[in-house]
Amino acid sequence: MPKDTGIGASSKRREDVRFLTGKGRYTDDINVAGQAHVVFLRSDMAHGRINSIDTADAAAMPGVIRVFTGADFEGVGTIPCGWQVTDRHGEPMQEPPHPILAQGKVRHVGDPYAAVVAETAAQARDAAEAIVADIEELTPVIDMKAALADGAPKVHDDLKNNLCYDWGFVEENKAAVDEAFQNAAHVTTLELVNNRLVANPMEPRVAVGDYAAHDDSSTLYTTSQNPHVIRLLMGAFVLGIPEHKLRVVAPDVGGGFGTKIFHYAEEAFCTFAAKAIQRPVKWTSTRGEAFMSDAHGRDHVSKIELALDADHNFTALRTETYANMGAYLSTFAPSIPTWLHGTLMAGNYKTPLVYVNVKAVFTNTVPVDAYRGAGRPEATFQLERVVDKAARELGVDPVELRRKNFITEFPYQTPVAVEYDTGDYNATMDKLLELIDRDGFEARRKESEARGKLRGLGLNCYIEACGIAPSQLVGQLGARAGLYESATVRVNATGGLVVMTGSHSHGQGHETSFAQVVSDMIGIPEDQVEIVHGDTANTPMGMGTYGSRSLAVGGSAIVKATDKIIAKAKKIAAHLMEASPDDVELKDGAFTVAGTDKSVAWGDVTLAAYVPHNYPLEDIEPGLEETAFYDPNNFTYPSGAYACEVEVDPETGKVDVISFAAADDFGNVVNPMIVEGQVHGGVAQGIGQALLENCAYDENGQLLSASYMDYAMPRAHDVPMIKVDHSCQTPCTHNPLGVKGCGEAGAIGSPPSVVNAVIDALQSAGHDVTHIDMPLTPPRVWAAMNGANATGGGGTAHGRSVGAGDTATH
Amino acid sequence: MKVTMTVNGKERSAETEGRTLLSEYLREGLRLTGTHVGCDTSQCGACLVHVDGQPAKACTVLAQDCEGAEVTTIEGMANADGSLSRIQQAFQDHHGLQCGFCTPGMVMAAAALLKDNPQPTEADVRHYLEGNICRCTGYHNIVKSVLAASGQSVEPVAAE
Ligand code: FES
Ligand code: FES
Repeated sequence: MPKDTGIGASSKRREDVRFLTGKGRYTDDINVAGQAHVVFLRSDMAHGRINSIDTADAAAMPGVIRVFTGADFEGVGTIPCGWQVTDRHGEPMQEPPHPILAQGKVRHVGDPYAAVVAETAAQARDAAEAIVADIEELTPVIDMKAALADGAPKVHDDLKNNLCYDWGFVEENKAAVDEAFQNAAHVTTLELVNNRLVANPMEPRVAVGDYAAHDDSSTLYTTSQNPHVIRLLMGAFVLGIPEHKLRVVAPDVGGGFGTKIFHYAEEAFCTFAAKAIQRPVKWTSTRGEAFMSDAHGRDHVSKIELALDADHNFTALRTETYANMGAYLSTFAPSIPTWLHGTLMAGNYKTPLVYVNVKAVFTNTVPVDAYRGAGRPEATFQLERVVDKAARELGVDPVELRRKNFITEFPYQTPVAVEYDTGDYNATMDKLLELIDRDGFEARRKESEARGKLRGLGLNCYIEACGIAPSQLVGQLGARAGLYESATVRVNATGGLVVMTGSHSHGQGHETSFAQVVSDMIGIPEDQVEIVHGDTANTPMGMGTYGSRSLAVGGSAIVKATDKIIAKAKKIAAHLMEASPDDVELKDGAFTVAGTDKSVAWGDVTLAAYVPHNYPLEDIEPGLEETAFYDPNNFTYPSGAYACEVEVDPETGKVDVISFAAADDFGNVVNPMIVEGQVHGGVAQGIGQALLENCAYDENGQLLSASYMDYAMPRAHDVPMIKVDHSCQTPCTHNPLGVKGCGEAGAIGSPPSVVNAVIDALQSAGHDVTHIDMPLTPPRVWAAMNGANATGGGGTAHGRSVGAGDTATH
Repeated sequence: MKVTMTVNGKERSAETEGRTLLSEYLREGLRLTGTHVGCDTSQCGACLVHVDGQPAKACTVLAQDCEGAEVTTIEGMANADGSLSRIQQAFQDHHGLQCGFCTPGMVMAAAALLKDNPQPTEADVRHYLEGNICRCTGYHNIVKSVLAASGQSVEPVAAE
């Protein structure tokens, strides 16, 4: 019987009421009295030398308060990178400065080089057009392999070259891996790209900077997934504002998907300019600006090789990946293709030897950083495509080949550093097969063929590392921050409580699910628990929300703080009942003494804590408020099996997703309704990546897909109803809730299923097509079927994930 | 120029320039911030409102062209007593929203659809929502919410 409250219940989301009635408070809804507006002038060329910027005419335009250029930021810090990767030779990565406004050169289309602050946004926009900049066009580098060629133009003149780092993992395994390949009975090789994407939360970024002269403090309202991280990065590294003089507020945030983790130049600009002009300064991104200034995602070009023995056991895996960093290093950029990608290359399999090489490259494109899944989708896509290809080459069932190589004993130490605590990959595969009626597929295929369509079934497994992250481990790996989470639980005298969390909700429903956890632990109604997040002024120092970490890490901090509350409340209750604290039990909001009929209500104890007339003051302090910081001792490892059925129109190459099924193991589940919604959304993004979305540059570095006319977002008719199941549960062994995280699984697990299904459909009609690069647009699929270009015009021969003229549009 | 219209049943006015969009008029002039702006190419539908009973993307309409019009925004969609209307309630019941940014447009689109087509099929709903982008939900629960709001039975949400 499903529960109707607490952990395990599909409680309806309390935050929905404000969102459904127009009462949400997003950053753009915030207007500070006296605010001015800023408009950024952004480079329209990919690479250029700034000779001069004449702002005189603009400064004289109506309403203009001040015009800023890079020269105004001499002596101010630059946008920092939060992760330092060490290369194969033990050297630190090359790390160029990232000024708030371009200095000396512009390095990508969209790089801001001037900013106009005016009374209204329209006046600022008008004045920006009056700025006269003499920018000498330089040859850009767009293709990653070309960027690494001798004599290639340099994105950063002060660096040795365009190579950020050349990373080998595990470097000591390399010789053994190479040897295993020499001894292999069969080797399957695949070259593929992971297409560049734009996260596209529906709310564009916004920043409002405010400065209070009376106490010399600054406030930034911003569309962020982690206000404390922004406060730390911007305060300490960019503007030199101590944390006690800087408040960062991220109110309702309209989706993030990773791209709102990072500290952006516009945030620092608004905070800086507010002090400079002594007025609040607001910036609201247009969608066009978002495309050329939000950090992009993915953009890997890879070669993967899988070695098998004669019995089809995987014996070794070897990959080489070119990872695009764009023009500057975004906050977590260096970690994505390394520690969030290389460590997952074992996948669900007991492959004993793995070697991953990653070359991170600077190009004249928008910076690339985490997007939903971040490194793990890239790992999963390579692995699950190459396993599928191997099954075809060997003529064996792709399910059986996977099962044969599954890890079945836990904990399992992979050859790529991580140790999986729990999992049951056969269970999720069994569940998947139950969901999809695989036996009925041939009949469905015949039915499609009767209508002139080709039908394909594709499936895959995935594993991800979530619950980011153990601080000491990531510190060793180059993280420049800890990745714990915090919570303060404040119980009020009348028994209600406020939970202040360092996690941040931008769609995940924390206000509901976190309240479920606390209400369950104490046994009081959910509406007695208020969740506060998103404001550094009233939450403890926390690291925010990304990497499917909120419940696993943030929820664990809440559990720990609530445990402390309960322990203290039991002491108070024991005093009131004249019993020993060890004998006191808390259940359904009442304290009892085992073996007696003594009982005091939760509210009596909380009142006593604040009105300590009858209270053990000699032993404990009054009040009932506790803070906990939780630092996980391992990642969590959600896993699962996904399947997709497609129909391909052989006349046009158009792919329709007919059905999609996901069997996930998320460990314990707090709110099944929210968990399923997370999977739906992730799967739709994965289908988008596989079939529709493509962030395309031409060879001059012009961004070809900078609007929803050119960048194909999945719409309602592009995705089917999605079957989801999370009944296979192997709880995480090292966090108190036994949860693993569910936010990214859908986006990680779905692209290989879609591509595997299309290959299956094409092969069923005798097309010898082994791979098509994403997105599988009609022209690419048609070309593959007709032998025009087997990889559909993709860039595997080159170092680019997308070719010119290759954008998908509706 | 001052523009006056009836918004959610009340006469409201605000100053405009010739270029002021209806979305700007509502958000900045009247501080009705429930109408959202998610794009600059009339593609996303976050700004959808009803003008004289017809759905309209407020980012594509000039405020001055709406002088005297009857406009309904998300702020005008709840029941008179402030409780959630049938459509709004269906979105909450079926988890048809996550971050809430596309939601005002989705609710306004759903209301317009159900007025014209009280018993839409799943395909009708998906087709009608072509002009509304949601990045969070994968549409699954939005489609369910709209079907449920039409009184048709849908599978309950998880573990219900
Ligand atoms: S803001 Fe009007 S359609 Fe996007
Ligand atoms: S709920 Fe976030 S965009 Fe739809």
